[in-house]
Amino acid sequence: MHFNGYQRENGPAGTRNHVIVLPTIGCINELASEIASMVKGAVPLLHNHACIRLGPDLLRARRTLIGIGTNPNIHSVLLVGLGCESITAEELAEEILPYKRVEAVTIEREGNYNSTLEKGVAILRELVKKSSEVEKKKCDIADLTIGIKCGGSGSVSAIASNPATGQAADLLVEKGGRVIFSETAELIGAEHVLARRAVDKAVREKLLNCVNRMKREIADYGVNILGSEPTKGNIAGGLTTIEEKSLGAIIKGGNSPLVGVLEYGEKPSSKGLYFMDGTTQASQLFLGMFAAGAQIQVFSFGGGLPARFRGLPSYPCGLPVLPVIKVLGNPEDIEEREYFDIYAGDIISGEVSVKEVGKSIFEEFFRVASGKMTITESRAGYRELLQLYANGLLM
Amino acid sequence: MKKAIMMNKDDNVATVLKSVKKGGMVAVISTDNKLVKNIEAGKEIATGHKIAVNSIGEGETVIKYGESIGTATGRIDRGTHVHIHNVRSKVKYEGS
Repeated sequence: MHFNGYQRENGPAGTRNHVIVLPTIGCINELASEIASMVKGAVPLLHNHACIRLGPDLLRARRTLIGIGTNPNIHSVLLVGLGCESITAEELAEEILPYKRVEAVTIEREGNYNSTLEKGVAILRELVKKSSEVEKKKCDIADLTIGIKCGGSGSVSAIASNPATGQAADLLVEKGGRVIFSETAELIGAEHVLARRAVDKAVREKLLNCVNRMKREIADYGVNILGSEPTKGNIAGGLTTIEEKSLGAIIKGGNSPLVGVLEYGEKPSSKGLYFMDGTTQASQLFLGMFAAGAQIQVFSFGGGLPARFRGLPSYPCGLPVLPVIKVLGNPEDIEEREYFDIYAGDIISGEVSVKEVGKSIFEEFFRVASGKMTITESRAGYRELLQLYANGLLM
Repeated sequence: MKKAIMMNKDDNVATVLKSVKKGGMVAVISTDNKLVKNIEAGKEIATGHKIAVNSIGEGETVIKYGESIGTATGRIDRGTHVHIHNVRSKVKYEGS
């Protein structure tokens, strides 16, 4: 099975062909934004990294920035740097170069803001022009990496949009693709189920370590999550225990064997299903998925009052280089169907099966991979600063 | 007839897709939309809530998605509403 995509010299094919302007640090966002604004078709990816990050957070930021630059959806990269930052343009360029064309301008080297602006614009014009010459070709489905996240979960999404998304994930894994799902907090209560599907002892232990660390961190915060989960709203909706809630969340990844556990932004080394140790916050997680090489993201929605954010057409609005397929699960929210790419509510009304909706999500992977715009992509330009995930001390 | 979906063939509960009144008949379906069996609701059960597909003894495991979602705290007859009043989580709080 194939899709029409952009073949890369090194690594999997892209579903998009963006030229990005990537600041090395948040301080230089203004200049990166101005350079991008002068060149039609260039995408600025402004973010919040700062030198006040330490240790693991600094390493994670470095991995994320390299991951953004090396993602297959990116044609080429213009790095914009200061010269004094903790992660320099030179070191990022060195890591990105094996995968694609990368250029860098820094204020330190060019002398001042205006001279850096001028040089950056000239380089960027050439990169965008080059990107327009790339022809789409037949690419193998095994090139695809799909990220999966759920939101606004309830008893309804747990039997409609999440299992249908899981079916699509299983189909892609069967065909040799890669699927990544995450949200460590949502494993609590069902971690033993996923652990049983781990391919070996090392993967199983790594998974359980993630969950135990999260439980410890929650306890250290003085919170008893097991006493408050499921929430009152969940219980009113029909969810009885934390294990039922977590099972309904992990089903979005399907039922394939668990091949590996990734750090936030870490790339899978092989095909199959992966778990990423990451946050439930949508925009931060999408960035982690993109840095790990995802060319398409699925966002499976529950419904009802606890999930009003589902009706925000472009939510989350930070990452224009990652197409997001949104799945709506609850027929009670049918008036918001226009904001979604796939409707799974007919499962609840008993008209179609979970398997049929799963198949239509899988088919949507091909259409979107071949260039079909998702609802989010088709919206106008509201953008937010990218938030690189950090969970430690900020100086 | 109102429907309830069984997520796995080994489950002993199904999730009601549309609220059903006491004494109403419920068609239990699988994830490929095939009829598994018809059962009578023991009481009113709201959308998204669970109905017992088989009778479950006290102390036995309540199964959804083919996995344990808790322990039955008393006998649960077929057709009964299955929720916090008759199921207890098996997860222990591990906080310090």
